[in-house]
Amino acid sequence: MLATLKAQLTGWMFSPRAVESGEIELLRSRVYILPTRQGMIFAIVLLMTLLGAINYSLSLGFVLTFLLAAMAFNGMLYTFRNLVRLRVHVARPQPVFAGETVQFAVHLFNPASYHRYAIGISREKNLHESFNYADVAAGASTVLPLDVPSERRGWMSAGRITLFTRFPLGLYQAWSYLQPDVRCIVYPRPAAAGLPLPPAEAAAGSGSSLGQGHEDFAGLRAYHAGDPPRHIAWKAAARGQGLLTKQFSGQAAQEVWLTWEKLPQRMPVEEKISCLARWVLDAHTQNLAYGLRLPGSEIAMARADAQRDRCLEALALFNLPSSGDAG
Amino acid sequence: MRTPVQAADSSAAAISLRSTAWLALTLVLVAAPHAGRLPLWLSAITCVMCGWRLYLAHRRQPLPARWLLVFIVAAGLAAIALEYRTLFGRDAGVALLVLMISLKLMETRSQRDGMIVAFISYFLVITNFFYTQSIPTALYLLACVWLITAAMIGLQYALEPPHYRVQLRSSAVMLVQSAPLMLVFFVLFPRVQGPLWGMPSDAFAGVTGLSESMSPGSLNKLVFSDDVALRAAFAGKVPLPNKLYWRGPVLTEFDGRNWTTAPRAVRNAIELDRRSDAVRYTVTVEPHNRRWLFALDMPGVLPPRAVITADHLLLSRTPVTSRVRYDMESHLDYQVGVDDSPASLRRMVHLPEAFNPQTTALGQRLRAQLGNNEAIMNSALDYLREQKFVYTLEPPLLGLHAVDEFMFRTRSGFCEHFSSAFVVLMRAAGVPARVVTGYLGGEYNALGNYLIVRQYDAHAWAEVWLENRGWVRVDPTNAVSPARAEGGITAALPQGANLPRGARTSNKLLHQLAMTWDSVANAWNQTILGYNLETQRALLYRTGLDESTWRTLAILLILATTVITLLLAFLVLRNPASKHDPVLTAYRRFCAKTARAGLPRSDSEGPLDYAARLARARPQIAITVHTITQCYVTLRYGKAEHHGNLKQLQQYVAQFSI
Repeated sequence: MLATLKAQLTGWMFSPRAVESGEIELLRSRVYILPTRQGMIFAIVLLMTLLGAINYSLSLGFVLTFLLAAMAFNGMLYTFRNLVRLRVHVARPQPVFAGETVQFAVHLFNPASYHRYAIGISREKNLHESFNYADVAAGASTVLPLDVPSERRGWMSAGRITLFTRFPLGLYQAWSYLQPDVRCIVYPRPAAAGLPLPPAEAAAGSGSSLGQGHEDFAGLRAYHAGDPPRHIAWKAAARGQGLLTKQFSGQAAQEVWLTWEKLPQRMPVEEKISCLARWVLDAHTQNLAYGLRLPGSEIAMARADAQRDRCLEALALFNLPSSGDAG
Repeated sequence: MRTPVQAADSSAAAISLRSTAWLALTLVLVAAPHAGRLPLWLSAITCVMCGWRLYLAHRRQPLPARWLLVFIVAAGLAAIALEYRTLFGRDAGVALLVLMISLKLMETRSQRDGMIVAFISYFLVITNFFYTQSIPTALYLLACVWLITAAMIGLQYALEPPHYRVQLRSSAVMLVQSAPLMLVFFVLFPRVQGPLWGMPSDAFAGVTGLSESMSPGSLNKLVFSDDVALRAAFAGKVPLPNKLYWRGPVLTEFDGRNWTTAPRAVRNAIELDRRSDAVRYTVTVEPHNRRWLFALDMPGVLPPRAVITADHLLLSRTPVTSRVRYDMESHLDYQVGVDDSPASLRRMVHLPEAFNPQTTALGQRLRAQLGNNEAIMNSALDYLREQKFVYTLEPPLLGLHAVDEFMFRTRSGFCEHFSSAFVVLMRAAGVPARVVTGYLGGEYNALGNYLIVRQYDAHAWAEVWLENRGWVRVDPTNAVSPARAEGGITAALPQGANLPRGARTSNKLLHQLAMTWDSVANAWNQTILGYNLETQRALLYRTGLDESTWRTLAILLILATTVITLLLAFLVLRNPASKHDPVLTAYRRFCAKTARAGLPRSDSEGPLDYAARLARARPQIAITVHTITQCYVTLRYGKAEHHGNLKQLQQYVAQFSI
């Protein structure tokens, strides 16, 4: 009962905003501020010094009490200032597999002439979890990662993010809610390795060339130990993309159709999707050309990263309402 | 910019070595003025605790177990109880607070604990004001508040903190910006007359001043103190030094050794035959924890909330525990007590049996020879003058018949000996007489135009009742050492005599400095420390607000607070940086160009989405739009090292056209 009332009150006071896209500026109207528990304790301390000053007729006691009270009062402005007019932009995160953690990169840009310190981020207003913090220098930007564990395949939105700060005195907490139009695709959790791939079908009109050729550049894949160094994409490495290995193909060696019907009829839908995801990954690792056939859709035969992503995305969104949110 | 770091909730986060050092430093600084008053072992424990805590933080070792701290607390409590014989009261309370804060530091693990240490440090600041509120103390503790605030700010950095100077500057800025509001509250906050509850009995221990009794050597102690007893600012000319008798307790009861006051009826009106014009002046009495208020012989008006005793001593209704200021009028030529009842006069000739037989005999002889009170008095003064009495602050010890020994054997002493012996002699001769204590003289401060009376100006004289003249002041010391009244105690004593620091001033410049300092201190006392209910009323009255009710004060306070806060909010929250954002300016210029071409960007549209829409609408400019947008996004959201591309962005935008 009380919890419901509280939830309603919170809903009314901090009315949920529509999803916003692009850069969000934390305007004054959306930054809230309240004293922290330490703030309350400090108020009690000040009350005690005031009583002491009155009782003992201590003029300097009054001076001290009023100085500290004024400072605490003005501290509210500083805590507010530390958050207000911050510009926030959340970048689209890399896809993950269900069960992994989605890392939303929350870009904070400080347009003001002062530094901002200790800006924290959380998804729920829960003070017991651990938070990420960032400082933002004047006129600069910084990235504040927001880690959200994913549970199910499908789209996952960033949800309602809370940015908060207690700087500089810790007597107040200022916070702001935002709901950026950013979502991450969560691939289905692949089934455990071991399920053999469906038998390969000889491609129509295929020649006899086998395995990975060296003739045509086919794409990049993540580096595995043992890859010949001359195949490493050094340019990509220099761009900071990590080690990637160039792949070449002569002609398609083998082509595999990963089809829904090849899985046992009795298998639950989610498990089927997991198995298909596993097959996609295995086929990709083995650098096979593969296609995906789902009830009602088909992805044509191809290979390399783009194909993998296409297939995993199709699996992630299979049978979900188009705006479904797995968050 | 530094990379963000995962941290637990900042208030539960472990406290850094730097923050620990700040807290320990401020704790030691704020407790330091107490060191002279605290038992040595407690100061030592505080230092050891701070050092230990810093060592543990430095070595990243765990803090001591709770049972050890509990043991130290228990032992400390017992030791404080033993030392002070109580756990309550001012001194024991301060000792407890110091013990607690140093132990709190030992179990300060998180930022939350650190905040508590900072709060207790603030509280320790105010305890220093119990003992002194002088200007140096105020400045020192202001510096302490500055450092404590800086330490508190230091606790809030969730990541690597900036240089400590940033902390100090933030703290200073915040304190300076708090000054206007503090001043407004100081002046306008409704003052009430303290105390709200009973003061601990030791609240005013250790203040020097006169007492209700005089035994051999009691005034002697005061002579070695240069503490200020009172200051007086005269409206006109300061009276001659030998007229500056500041009336204090009147001692009428003698037990052979000690003179004490008798409980006397108090009145609300002054019975005084004024024989001269009033001397007008304002007295500021330093707290002495007794009820009496000083005035020159004889006071002609009653200060507010004061009464007067039958022997013309002004009494405040409550002990003077804080500086009291009142306007006073005195009549230096007066006549009092002519009509005193024979019964009350009879009590003024009482002497204890079996003490001082020689003096008693001398008195009886004088009575028999002269018969007249006035003649007896003059004859006694002549005796003191002629018998080679010596004025000294180091008189020989006296035995059972102290007055006899002084009168006939040692013949050296100072005001208390002279006044006591004289009154005993008068009473022996049947002349009503009493001892009056107080202060004589004072030092004129030309800079501030006031008189400083110090403890070493303490004096004792006599009053004798004469028919048709009433009580007449007689200063037997004057008979022996006229210089005492003319030039103060320094003039009365030979060179080389032991005297307090400030009393003998050989260096002209030093003396000038001392006088300047005292006038500054006096201004501080009068305006800052002396600001109370009455001065608040007077101030508001002078500004035209005759109704200084709580309502008026509250309205004024709210108004002033609102104005100051709005001004400060404007100062703190204004937008100084929007024009310092060249990246945004360049991008806005680009958007203005596209808007002119009929493709304005909507508010909710991200730069990348907008670029995509532009590219679809005008494929011929797609590449330029993409370049500009990429450049902008990199500058805005990318890493700091890409900031060199700003010029490029500005160039692209300048060349861009549809």
